[in-house]
Amino acid sequence: MIVEIGHYALALALGVSVIQVLVPFWGVVRQDRALASVGSSAALISFALVALSFAALVASYVRSDFSVSNVVANSHSAQPLIYKFTSVWGNHEGSMLLWVLILTLFGALVALSRNTLPPRLRAGALSAQGLVAVAFLAFTLFTSNPFQRLSPAPAEGQDLNPILQDLGLAIHPPLLYVGYVGFSITYAFAVAALIDGRIDAMWARAVRPWTLLAWTFLTLGIAMGSYWAYYELGWGGWWFWDPVENASFMPWIAGTALIHSTVVMEKRDALKVWTILLAILTFSLSLLGTFIVRSGVLTSVHSFASDPARGVFILLILVFFVGGSLALFAWRAPLLRQGGLFAPVSREGALVVNNIFLATACATVFVGTLYPLVLEMVTGDKISVGAPFYNATFVPVMVPLLLILPIGQSLAWKRGDLLGAAQRNAAAFGVSVLVALALIAFTHGGPVLAPLGIGLGVFLVLGAAVDLGERIVARASGWRAMLSRAKGLPRSAWGTALAHAGVGISIIGIAAAAWSSEAIAVLKPGERLTSGRYTVVLEGVSPRTGPNFRAEVARFQLFSGEKELAPLEASKRIYTARSMPTTEAGIRTDWLSQAYVSLGEAQDGGVAVRLYDKPLILLIWIGSIVMALGGGLSLTDRRFRLAAPKRATPAAAAPQPAE
Amino acid sequence: MRRIALAIGFLLLTAVAAPAVQPDEILPDPVLEQRARALSGGLRCLVCQNQSIDDSDAPLARDLRILVRERLVAGDSDKAVVDFVVARYGDFVLLRPPFNAQTLLLWAAPFLILAAGAIFVWRRGRRSPAADAGAVSPLTEDERSRVEKLLRDEQG
Repeated sequence: MIVEIGHYALALALGVSVIQVLVPFWGVVRQDRALASVGSSAALISFALVALSFAALVASYVRSDFSVSNVVANSHSAQPLIYKFTSVWGNHEGSMLLWVLILTLFGALVALSRNTLPPRLRAGALSAQGLVAVAFLAFTLFTSNPFQRLSPAPAEGQDLNPILQDLGLAIHPPLLYVGYVGFSITYAFAVAALIDGRIDAMWARAVRPWTLLAWTFLTLGIAMGSYWAYYELGWGGWWFWDPVENASFMPWIAGTALIHSTVVMEKRDALKVWTILLAILTFSLSLLGTFIVRSGVLTSVHSFASDPARGVFILLILVFFVGGSLALFAWRAPLLRQGGLFAPVSREGALVVNNIFLATACATVFVGTLYPLVLEMVTGDKISVGAPFYNATFVPVMVPLLLILPIGQSLAWKRGDLLGAAQRNAAAFGVSVLVALALIAFTHGGPVLAPLGIGLGVFLVLGAAVDLGERIVARASGWRAMLSRAKGLPRSAWGTALAHAGVGISIIGIAAAAWSSEAIAVLKPGERLTSGRYTVVLEGVSPRTGPNFRAEVARFQLFSGEKELAPLEASKRIYTARSMPTTEAGIRTDWLSQAYVSLGEAQDGGVAVRLYDKPLILLIWIGSIVMALGGGLSLTDRRFRLAAPKRATPAAAAPQPAE
Repeated sequence: MRRIALAIGFLLLTAVAAPAVQPDEILPDPVLEQRARALSGGLRCLVCQNQSIDDSDAPLARDLRILVRERLVAGDSDKAVVDFVVARYGDFVLLRPPFNAQTLLLWAAPFLILAAGAIFVWRRGRRSPAADAGAVSPLTEDERSRVEKLLRDEQG
């Protein structure tokens, strides 16, 4: 019964979303406020229905209801409760439902948000967002229905894919989807503004929090996925330039560009056309990611045809939303007036440069991801585009951008002083060069690019500090004045500095990876293996039984030099239901570095062991978290929060029709 | 092995566990082994998604790793080893696509786009938008009535 309620609620949500598209749109066309305000109610109802539907699926999973074919295929009664729960989105159908849940959640948030949105813009945005919801609800219902019953019901499920039986599955997809789907709001606002034909700084201010929110979550989602891959895969790789990763990275880069271009628009009423285009492209890249991953086009062009219903449906969604919005853009964008002026050397100018580079970086990943597909379709020839390609193209595009970042950041708005900005950052630059030179001398004969990368990272962190320092220290006398200046500094300034410092921190971690070392050997109990600064001694191997797996657990003692650090366990598991093996690496965090042990096959009376020394590896993810903190901090900036009371005042003075 | 994870979706976690190079594959000569590792890092495991044979646990990847090492032991140069593998499996095996007519656009794209962006902005910068600068977009009917209402409320 619960399953049917869920199914029914999902179908009803589709109907309500159709209302959410049509009625507010009609209201905007007819200038009818009452009709326009229907969008808000529809968005809230639609979210409530999808939430009910999602809850029904969760209930089926938690109760191991094996009459639902989706539960059978992805769950097992012996799974721990947390994995029963996360299995809900550990598969195609369930993750589509999660996607739709988050999509309608964002619609509901727009409906509830009490900021100074012009009613027409809100109605238009809800209508556009409703259209996205209609498309994905229809896709879920007609091609990926998680509520399909199975008769007769089997006694046991087939278990969740063992690599997904990890806490990572509880955290990573929800974060990632909030990021992906959050950009649908900026997209909807862009479409609404195009239909309306008017766009100004107010639009930028309305859109910016949503962009920041989506970006912050996408940052965390990508970082979390990367860390998950790092500890789960057994050899410490954390980024593979895999098309699936690129699919999430492209919206992230475009979203980063969008955050920066909306700043210019809010401040100077400029870059409007470009910002609108970016808002459209960012979500289009999210949709492209959905298509790439969902259609199976990746594995090969041919497997795309193996499940044509889903692939073609998503392709149609992609073509409709990307093509439709770009056509609308081509038609309406010329109506948008350019706003304020600024000199080429100014903060705005620097942000334009930022956008050129980020757009190029994004396009590089785009071309690299899709080129093999297109080439195979056109000529039938297969090529691979892997990490070496991106190292040779993406990195050279990003490095100059990051090098000029601190200088651009300390340029004044409207008209800047390049020499002054360079002078303000001279000390930071000098220190960074010294750090790089010292590292080169110290690690003589090692990789040369790594010290340079670390120098760049240090420059970014110091540059962010210089920027804050200038604002707090330079024009204040005495501690008290500084403190009050620090307090008075807008949160978004702190957020910017944090986010930029986070980029620097991540770069230090990435660069330091060049010094990681690896050792492989067959160990018998009592034998030792050394890699870099770490040594492990194998103490013994013993079997162990988990709830739904059997494991061979190897126990080690970890040494740093001759100093005993900690006992460490690494294991190989066989999940009984699918008889699929996984490795569980033993990881010991040592300050910012990690010792990483993983097991290979048992052979010659011993077991194959590999030990990695991963210096400063944690900085990669710490940097990402710092970036996200910066995003979150900007989100709490006064100018996004202050909007509420402004709106309440006139409403109190004269009652207005409900919205 | 990433195929499995592809079924799951957007998840970034796209490879099945299990480390690649096995102890019995390692060459006794550390210099040769170093070269073998570097070479394998650039060769694609043919049955995986964008994974190098150095990272992959697929049996085919193991065969290729051993093949690379055999050629190195036989005295081949790095280039000869790669050519040998490419002759057998085609350009598909190279994670760094070769630069030729087919991939010209791929390699040139980033730099073309950067140049195009820079030229576009530069040209727009020269064509001063001063004509538009003073223009203020007129109020819509809706806004005009709101302004009037606000003014009325203020007075009343």
